[in-house]
Amino acid sequence: MSRPQSWVPTDPRSAPTREHVLSGLKGTDEGGAELVQLLTPEGQRVSDERFGSYADDVGAEELQGFYRDMVLVRRIDREGNALQRQGQLGIWVPLLGQEAAQIGAGRAATPRDMIFPSYREHGVAWCRGIDPTDLLGIFRGTDHGSWDPIAARFHLYTIVIGNQCLNATGYAMGQRFEGKVGEGPDAEATMCFFGDGATSQGDVHEGFVWAAAYDAPVVFYCQNNQWAISVPLERQTRVPLFQRARGYGFPGVRVDGNDVLACLAVSRWALEECRTGNGPVLIEAFTYRMDAHTTSDDPSRYRLADELELWKLKDPIERVRVNLVREHGVGQEFFDEVQAESDELAARFRAFCVAMPDPAPDRMFSEVYAEPSPQLEAQKQAFLEYHASFEAEGSLAGPSTGGV
Amino acid sequence: MTTMTLAKALNSGLRAAMERDPKVLVMGEDVGKLGGVFRVTDGLAKDFGEQRVLDTPLSESGIIGTAVGLAIRGFRPVCEIQFDGFVFPGYDQIVSQLAKVRFRSQGKVPMPVVVRIPFGGGIGAVEHHSESPESLFAHVAGLKVVACSNPDDAHWMIRQAIASDDPVIFFEPKRRYWEKGEVSESEPAPLFSSRVVRSGADVTVACYGPLVKTCLEAAAAAEAEGTDLEVIDLRSLSPLDLGPVFASVRRTGRLVVVSEAPSEASVTSEVAARVQEECFHSLEAPVLRVTGFDTPYPPSKCEDDYLPDLDRVLDGVDRALGW
Repeated sequence: MSRPQSWVPTDPRSAPTREHVLSGLKGTDEGGAELVQLLTPEGQRVSDERFGSYADDVGAEELQGFYRDMVLVRRIDREGNALQRQGQLGIWVPLLGQEAAQIGAGRAATPRDMIFPSYREHGVAWCRGIDPTDLLGIFRGTDHGSWDPIAARFHLYTIVIGNQCLNATGYAMGQRFEGKVGEGPDAEATMCFFGDGATSQGDVHEGFVWAAAYDAPVVFYCQNNQWAISVPLERQTRVPLFQRARGYGFPGVRVDGNDVLACLAVSRWALEECRTGNGPVLIEAFTYRMDAHTTSDDPSRYRLADELELWKLKDPIERVRVNLVREHGVGQEFFDEVQAESDELAARFRAFCVAMPDPAPDRMFSEVYAEPSPQLEAQKQAFLEYHASFEAEGSLAGPSTGGV
Repeated sequence: MTTMTLAKALNSGLRAAMERDPKVLVMGEDVGKLGGVFRVTDGLAKDFGEQRVLDTPLSESGIIGTAVGLAIRGFRPVCEIQFDGFVFPGYDQIVSQLAKVRFRSQGKVPMPVVVRIPFGGGIGAVEHHSESPESLFAHVAGLKVVACSNPDDAHWMIRQAIASDDPVIFFEPKRRYWEKGEVSESEPAPLFSSRVVRSGADVTVACYGPLVKTCLEAAAAAEAEGTDLEVIDLRSLSPLDLGPVFASVRRTGRLVVVSEAPSEASVTSEVAARVQEECFHSLEAPVLRVTGFDTPYPPSKCEDDYLPDLDRVLDGVDRALGW
């Protein structure tokens, strides 16, 4: 009996054979003609018949912009990790390795489009003009997200896995109900970010069902980073994730998630499909979580270091650098400038973080309800009086750490 | 004043809210052409169209989860959950998103969503069709929970709930859907308020939803035996408006709290705890409860025993008086 290692069928009627299943089928392989790529890991720009035109306008200047985006968000990401290690953050959620998947998608969206992130989308937040310091409160414990989701058109981070797929679908239904789908200049779409683990959640399936039923203009953008904390993709799926879209009646595309140009092009295409009424669309950005799930995680317990070494060869930033040097003759001065800018940004990020005040004692009672609850108001008053009694007399636990 | 059934009163309340605000949507399973399994949304799809009255996929998490997204977009969705026992696939979205988005965003994103749930037993139904899960929502910060008991409240409370910028879980007493009553021309009371529905001097009875009628019948029976019950319809279960209950208990010294739900860690527990905190020196007897039992809802041939009825309410009253 042959022992096939993968199954990435092109024929929609095909199904895994007994041999596939018994051999421990992996529906996860990167190979196959389906993977959309415009920039190889070696930094060579290549063409793609279906999606290439969506990045035709990207020349040296634009590519330098994406390079800068990716370097800056990686620098912020590393600084976030360091701040956690130094006790300044309770936790950090690294995006290392997913810069291209996030910048490509984030730069494809227009200011009119709405985005629903999960909790690792620091790069997408960057593209929406959210200052990196606005992310800190979530991880330092001073807030649950400080930006204005309506103004930024970037919802607050959603931590319960998959919930946002239904919220995004509802938002997109609203865009359609308001007539914002079509050929007009005010057409809008919604983009929803989630991971490979989330594809096992009912809410993601329900989001697919609802989006299809209401022709909702939503791009489901799955960053398949291969790991749901410690659980590999094959525990979530038998088939490549992008193929699931077919079952719900909309297109699914697998893109090289470490290729910022391909992510940009496919996302632009998908958003255009949605804005003009042919949504929803599923994108599987095939990438790799190069760091731990969070700073609380230890990947050495469940995956081999070799795997990381292989993915380092496909680094999303390095291939852009190589391309800029080889195909556009960009000199070292540019890269030094970006490096210097990233260090300045990280320094500002750090300085902001360590100076963040703790919330005032009444913070936890704030905005629980639009119309205050008498019970909660009574609790608040009683607690503030209790709290004030310590301040007057001096707490046995030591001096107050202060508030705003 | 117009006389109508409780179901019709809800229907006319929904209609009034939809006419008033084009952002109000009605969504749920079978709420369109069918008009809902209890006909509460009858005729709305015909008059407002399928973009405002959504026959949704059969998916409760989807109903709540998309309503959250629609609210972020600026709509005011009114979700129907077909039966009490079917709300749980949507419970995650209710607890994790609906209740928390306002707090998470510090008021930047309000959640004006109403979730209508027909609740309670007494209709001889199969499993999952007769439950009283209100305490599971009252416990969740960020939600408001109300229960109507008569057509007047049904009409006005649904309109007030839709107008509220907070998420409201709206419980409808399904076995009272077809009972008639008068509906006022203007708001009879604020949404989050309790109301004394019968004045009395001897024992206070606090109740809500389908058992308000039962307690009023019990009061009539008690009157014939010379006992004067004060009956309070709690109406709002979170926040509780216990001022009228405290005032009543300070006069009567005795309180019986009545509900179909199991008693453990429930709305009735909360009322009992708060009354002993506020009225300790006025109490002549412990606060007693007459409730469903701490079992799953039983097969319907047992429900007459499970549900508090007139006799069990009076038994509670007798125990309070005999302490």
